[in-house]
Amino acid sequence: MTAVASGTAAAVLDIEKIRADFPILSRTVRDDRPLVYLDSGATAQRPRQVLDAERAFLEQHNAAVHRGAHQLAEEATDAYESARARIAAFVGADPNEVVFTKNATEGINLVAYAFGNASVRTALGPESARFALEPGDEIVVTELEHHANLVPWQELCRRTGAVLRWYSVTDDGRLDLDSLELSERTKIVAFAHQSNVLGSVLPVAELVSRARAVGAVTVLDACQSVPHQPVNLTALGVDFAAFSGHKMLGPSGVGVLWGRGELLAALPPFLTGGSMIELVRMEGSTYAPPPQRFEAGVPMTSQAVGLGAAVDYLNGLGMEAVFAHELALTGAALDGLAQVPGVRIIGPRDLADRGGAVSFVVDGVHAHDVGQVLDDRGVAVRVGHHCAWPLHRRFGVAATVRATFAVYNTPDEVAALVDGVHAARDFFGVS
Amino acid sequence: MKLEQMYQEIILDHYRSPHGAGLREPFDAESVQINPTCGDEITLRVTLDGSGDTVTVREVSHETLGCSISQASASVLTDLVVGRSVTDSLKVLAAFQEMAQGRGQVEPDEDVLGDGVAFAGVARYPARVKCALLGWMAFKDTVARGSVVRGSVVHGSGVRHSEKEGA
Repeated sequence: MTAVASGTAAAVLDIEKIRADFPILSRTVRDDRPLVYLDSGATAQRPRQVLDAERAFLEQHNAAVHRGAHQLAEEATDAYESARARIAAFVGADPNEVVFTKNATEGINLVAYAFGNASVRTALGPESARFALEPGDEIVVTELEHHANLVPWQELCRRTGAVLRWYSVTDDGRLDLDSLELSERTKIVAFAHQSNVLGSVLPVAELVSRARAVGAVTVLDACQSVPHQPVNLTALGVDFAAFSGHKMLGPSGVGVLWGRGELLAALPPFLTGGSMIELVRMEGSTYAPPPQRFEAGVPMTSQAVGLGAAVDYLNGLGMEAVFAHELALTGAALDGLAQVPGVRIIGPRDLADRGGAVSFVVDGVHAHDVGQVLDDRGVAVRVGHHCAWPLHRRFGVAATVRATFAVYNTPDEVAALVDGVHAARDFFGVS
Repeated sequence: MKLEQMYQEIILDHYRSPHGAGLREPFDAESVQINPTCGDEITLRVTLDGSGDTVTVREVSHETLGCSISQASASVLTDLVVGRSVTDSLKVLAAFQEMAQGRGQVEPDEDVLGDGVAFAGVARYPARVKCALLGWMAFKDTVARGSVVRGSVVHGSGVRHSEKEGA
């Protein structure tokens, strides 16, 4: 295997050297087959630098952060806040706008529950009134959302009497901007930056402009964009965004909710308890400014430090180069799969406004069975609905096979995927 | 682990020409079961004979939107339970379930499970166990409902039970 030569930016990446940083990539699976890991969209593998950072923190500096005055507490707090600052810089944000959450799902729920709390309208400051929802208000999502950016809004509608509406998706896997018009009742527009199934990148600027025109708040699911392309959340103009650490070479158990400073400052809390307070009396409490207001309890710490290390690692590679490399692999996968009879790509077949998720069905072979044949050959892909059930229903399929790429994947691995799909057709006698 | 150990020829045969495929009328009870992790779905109907302790399974029909394992399993199920008493068919179900959830450590009894022993290889793949059990869970559900129907001597349209996902 050689370093990828396609694309000028990608040429600077030495993929073999990068792969050597990921211990798991050298293991074998299923009868000594080399692992071909094409499931980074579900969770990415972690480089030694991230594993080492977590271990070093735990061996040298571990303590509860933002409490205590001993030396370890100081060091742990510095490590935690340093990670926040580097992660913030990575997405073009101010550190005070970065809230650590368990994962992106929790980040989106945080926003949804804060809106719900504001809607109750009792004993909250007047600044939170802007988030209050009334029956008949509208929350707008899209048909391609991951359940994490759909179900919390369904639940918020149920609690407040708001109505859920959505943009539909075109046959070629793009958002259909003509399918919906926002109204004066639209209060929230929540959408993915990049579909975790289709790979399509949504027109963020257009959606933000439409939302602003009616005074709605925008919430971006950035899980599939931040790990794979340069993202500046401030420049995108959205109001809130969430992403997960484990999809960007970092640890599980840590994610980020980003919100524009003035919005976070007015937003009521979601989880309450220790360390998110300003003053506590038996009769009631006041709350700390963000981000502490949204980080109740002793937070995950080595995970945040590990995510800081992941961001350092990605910065070292350069996100432009990461994006170019993954796009080249995506192009190779689309081209290779197009040569397999009976394969239907679910999503755009061109590379414009697209990222590295390639989902497909094979005529006559169920996605589970394709996945099993691939697994037998050491190729790890995702099969099923990938937590985007309504999207699968819209395309008339119960399940798809999904290959997702990360910076450590190679053209040879794409070839192994395509060969495996041929083999699945042979095995089930449809070729 | 070789692919052929999971996809034994018996399984592939049942997958290619599944027994009991296609929903039939009339029926005593129907169940729709969904595998929420992959979206696979089975609709299974049973018709029962007799009453009380001597209720037997007269007919099973199903429509399965799923992988080869779930389709073949529903087909084998049809062969194994039609003509048996409900009590005996539930014993077969228990044996099948024990094997499927046994991680490959349970030695299946061919006298009880017939073609069902071919699914022993599936038990080594935890992610596929639900596929093998989907039809059996639907059968268990229909029999429970169908027996109630038989006991109260209600015939005709049958009892429908849907586990379809909500939102």
